Amino acid sequence: MITDFWLHPALILIVGAFILPFLPKWLKRPYLVIVPTLAFLDVLSMQGQHGTFGVVRFLDWYLTFGRVDGLSMVFAYIMTLMCIIGTIYGLHVEDDFQHVAAWLYVAGSLGVIFCADYLVLFLFWELMAFASVFLVWFRRRPESLAVGYRYLLVHTAGGLALLAGLILRYQATGGDLSFGPIGVGSPSLSTYLIMIGFLLNAAVPPFHAWLPDAYGEATVTGAVFMCAFTTKTAVYALARAFAGMEILVPLGVCMALYGVVYAVLENDARRLLAYHIISQVGYMVAGVGIGTELAINGACAHAFAHILYKGLLFMGCGSVLHMTGKSKFSELGGLYKKMPMAFVFTMIGGLSISAFPLFSGFVSKAMIVAAGFEVHNYWAAFLLTLASAGTFLHTGLKVPYFIWFGKNNCSKETWDKAADPPWNMQLGMGIAAFLCILIGSYTPYLYNMLPYPQIAAGYHPYTAYHLSETLQILLFTAVGFFLLIKKLAPEPKISIDLDWFYRMGGRGFLWLAKRPIQWADSCVSEGYRYIGLMPLMTTAKFWSWFDWHAIDGVVDGLAKTVRNIGGLVRRLQSGQLQYNIFYAVSFVAVALVLYVFA
Amino acid sequence: MIVKLIDFLRDRLQLVIRLSYVGLALLVAWDVVFVSKEHAHTAAERIPGFWAAFGFIACVVIIIVSKWYGHLGIMTREDYYDN
Repeated sequence: MITDFWLHPALILIVGAFILPFLPKWLKRPYLVIVPTLAFLDVLSMQGQHGTFGVVRFLDWYLTFGRVDGLSMVFAYIMTLMCIIGTIYGLHVEDDFQHVAAWLYVAGSLGVIFCADYLVLFLFWELMAFASVFLVWFRRRPESLAVGYRYLLVHTAGGLALLAGLILRYQATGGDLSFGPIGVGSPSLSTYLIMIGFLLNAAVPPFHAWLPDAYGEATVTGAVFMCAFTTKTAVYALARAFAGMEILVPLGVCMALYGVVYAVLENDARRLLAYHIISQVGYMVAGVGIGTELAINGACAHAFAHILYKGLLFMGCGSVLHMTGKSKFSELGGLYKKMPMAFVFTMIGGLSISAFPLFSGFVSKAMIVAAGFEVHNYWAAFLLTLASAGTFLHTGLKVPYFIWFGKNNCSKETWDKAADPPWNMQLGMGIAAFLCILIGSYTPYLYNMLPYPQIAAGYHPYTAYHLSETLQILLFTAVGFFLLIKKLAPEPKISIDLDWFYRMGGRGFLWLAKRPIQWADSCVSEGYRYIGLMPLMTTAKFWSWFDWHAIDGVVDGLAKTVRNIGGLVRRLQSGQLQYNIFYAVSFVAVALVLYVFA
Repeated sequence: MIVKLIDFLRDRLQLVIRLSYVGLALLVAWDVVFVSKEHAHTAAERIPGFWAAFGFIACVVIIIVSKWYGHLGIMTREDYYDN
């Protein structure tokens, strides 16, 4: 059924994920490194082989699983690379299903990146949401369950908007489901619905509150995966379909600033980093909105750099959480003596996100801002520059200062537990840190991979003016930080965000269900008892006689069989909904593989 | 090694701070005297030390505005959502 021989990297991860639980223990660690490496090599083998592969006929449609071009390649490269790094960082995790969930999640992202029609996109889009929620649930705290369900509900809502949009589009275009530039010049309702589906995954306000909620609660290794894939896959989808959509520029700028404001207020290190994802994805969304070749290059370059430095930051703060069990600034501080390596790696991530010269953010972020100035969109360019001061303020200064320096708020237990993390976590951080510096110091590595390499080759970030501008902004931000450091002292508080509406709205609904609806329900039951039950009992008596005398003999044999099967199924069902969802998702993934590739 | 370096610097904190101020002054001086402004996008950027002022003011504005916003009632007790 495959047009040419072409191996989908998602397939490697899906098949790899299902074999993992059956392997003997000694084989697991090498296997965990080999499978994502194979997926990465598979992507590398496609370089320069642009074209369409994996076309499958399904009913009246031709579904395309493999569109290989400049845009899909740069994202596939970094996604599979991050999968290797994330898996190495999580090598110590013995719960196989965490790895299975993470790999299925990456497979979903790769499926979206390579697909060329909306049906396949939708399928993998949902696979991402349903696989990633387990990375929250596996934290296994009481609140993890609630956070996971909120995450799932929000993403289901986004998925529905996307589905509605693509059905309308199918109607309007007379059956066109191809996933490409959507026609931003003449947007219709379907365009906006599809865009809302994408924007929700990109965490654009007002659809963003799921992100800090879920990423702050995910497992240590789960958060490393989550911070890379969902939002950046959405950026890819936006770049593919919505390049030049003007509304994305103000939305992106608002995102960049919104994340910065909430990061000031945040007391939890990983939630702070999560708010800075919103801020950084804002640059990419704005870049897509500007839509010139330089801007699209910038959005892709920044997504590439962001996946590495944000992964590194989540690994650094995650290792603090892993070792001490704490992630709040008000419970940490002064740890540089205990965790120096984690500090150095986090600092490299912090300098990269802040766009210091020689670090990755410097060569990627500047491209978007330059594209803004180039099209004379001055307010956007200046506000994005303002947000970059905020980025350094928090991720480059506040996070390292209040965890590794500052006032020591550690309890004795926290202090005793603190130490540098196991070798595999340090190796994961080391690889990411190396790549952050490589990207920043040797620009052709990243620039040659971008969708418009000629334009990228003509862009030079290391001019005296740009160096001087960046250093002044960053270093004088540091002056401001140290002058106002008292104002930034951590407060053990949470900040209300827009998830308030559905969290409190959910309670309103529960109240409604408990009080008026339950009351109505009991009225109906009472009425039914008097009017309905009497005749029913008489009839039932007759049937019971009939049953006793006539049917039992036949049925008994059957019942025994059914009971035995039921016993088997019961072992699969612990009665917890999340396990049922897990089995269902696994089943769908297997069915998908069998259908497409068998 | 890293810890030793950090302790070495912390023991001489006042000196480090003074050197940092000297570094900042040199940076602005370099910008004013040597850096060509032909790549500047707007006229405002030709003001000497424009980006230094921009960075400092941006930082102060971000902190003050965010804290003001947070204390409007957005920041609340940690068990706010608990039943």
